[in-house]
Amino acid sequence: MSKVPADLKYTKTHEWLRTLADGTIEVGITDHAQHALGDLVFVEVPETGRAVKAGEPCAVVESVKAASDVYSPVTGEVIAGNSALAGAPETINTDSYGGGWLMRVRPVAGGPATELLTPAQYEKLQQEEGD
Amino acid sequence: MGRQTPLFQLHRELGARIVDFGGWDMPVQYSSQIGEHHAVRRAAGVFDVSHMCVIDLKGVRVRPFLRTLLANDVDKLVRPGKALYSCMLNESGGVIDDLIVYYLADSWFRVVVNAGTRDKDLDWIRQHAREFDVSVLERTELAMLAVQGPEARTKAAKLLSRVGAATALELDTFVGREIDGWFVARTGYTGEDGFEIMLPASDAERVWHELNALGVASCGLGARDTLRLEAGMNLYGNDMDEKTHPFESGLAWTVAMEPRDRNFIGRPALEAVKAGGGAARKLVGLLLEDRGVLRSHQKVVVPGQEAGEITSGTFSPTLERSIAFARVPSAAGLQVQVDIRGKLLNARVVKPPFVRFGQALVR
Repeated sequence: MSKVPADLKYTKTHEWLRTLADGTIEVGITDHAQHALGDLVFVEVPETGRAVKAGEPCAVVESVKAASDVYSPVTGEVIAGNSALAGAPETINTDSYGGGWLMRVRPVAGGPATELLTPAQYEKLQQEEGD
Repeated sequence: MGRQTPLFQLHRELGARIVDFGGWDMPVQYSSQIGEHHAVRRAAGVFDVSHMCVIDLKGVRVRPFLRTLLANDVDKLVRPGKALYSCMLNESGGVIDDLIVYYLADSWFRVVVNAGTRDKDLDWIRQHAREFDVSVLERTELAMLAVQGPEARTKAAKLLSRVGAATALELDTFVGREIDGWFVARTGYTGEDGFEIMLPASDAERVWHELNALGVASCGLGARDTLRLEAGMNLYGNDMDEKTHPFESGLAWTVAMEPRDRNFIGRPALEAVKAGGGAARKLVGLLLEDRGVLRSHQKVVVPGQEAGEITSGTFSPTLERSIAFARVPSAAGLQVQVDIRGKLLNARVVKPPFVRFGQALVR
């Protein structure tokens, strides 16, 4: 069973969200997602300052097997992409909820967001997808 | 649920991720695809290739039959046990399948064809075998293991009798023979030394465990694909199919146009290509110079020429950059660009193989 930290929120498309102290949101892909992708070999993160919309593809993670889009869970402005992943994409395999974060977004106040799942709901989704 | 090899339960027990491959439930990886890849380049790995289809062809006229059926010439096979790689073409010169053929005895040859093309291959072979009175027997009772890597032969030989081991270790490249009830051949699809072993299905699980105990890593089809692409070996369905002929698939070296009086199926179509000035397209190796991963069906932009297309692409664990095969206009030069999600990235045309015997051949 993949790890699902209790202090995060999740999306149906296997991103996780962490709300930081300053109200910005850190986004990555879940342990379940990295496991399904296999060894990651290439990551493309959005540039700082880019405006993203909820549900819009804004990063790409590629394993040996396949390329996969990562969707922004909120509408807002990218304030940082994790440039360290360019030289070490495997960090997502080893530390998907920590060093493997992809981007930080400052959400538009009251702006749209994709449907977010609680840890329990996300665990249920994983089971339905046969984790 | 697809077809399963005799090792399916063992793959499950070993924690493999199972995927559909040509109608078969096959292990794509056990733990890490890159780890399995490196195990084969640096030591030894074992693959279950029992899904591949082994067909025995017997009859007094089996040699003339194969000289008609195959684009390569089995008359190159003079010593029993010797193997040959060949395409099997349709009348238009398109590739029905690629295969390995073994000369076992004057009236007995064995071919190994791809799993995904089994049905059409058997139909085609049977259809043409009739007029040569050649019997076509699929050997479904055999399992097949590929043990590959610099340490593969010495480790696999430990499973044989003393005499059998000595015999196996003396096999020349691309030669196979019956040893201790198994058919052991010094062949493979990884660019490393090793054996492909056909053995009774009932032996397969025990042999896999024994190989693991000797330090031979369980490897899935994921690593098999990155290894074969590094080794510059084509994959049927990706790099060639019935709509492409060998000359535009990097396979001219497998077509025996001499002697000229050998009328193999597809020959007139290939003669016409030659008479028309040669193939309009060619299959080349690409090395991505920018960061990213080449994938099949990406568009290749060629200066002053029509666009080409990636046929197989991956991240190369040995080179730590992306490599591919691409079909491009024959006049293409050495520098091209690949459209990856709307961005044009630079790639260099190189001559495969990319890697052989653990060594990078391009940089």
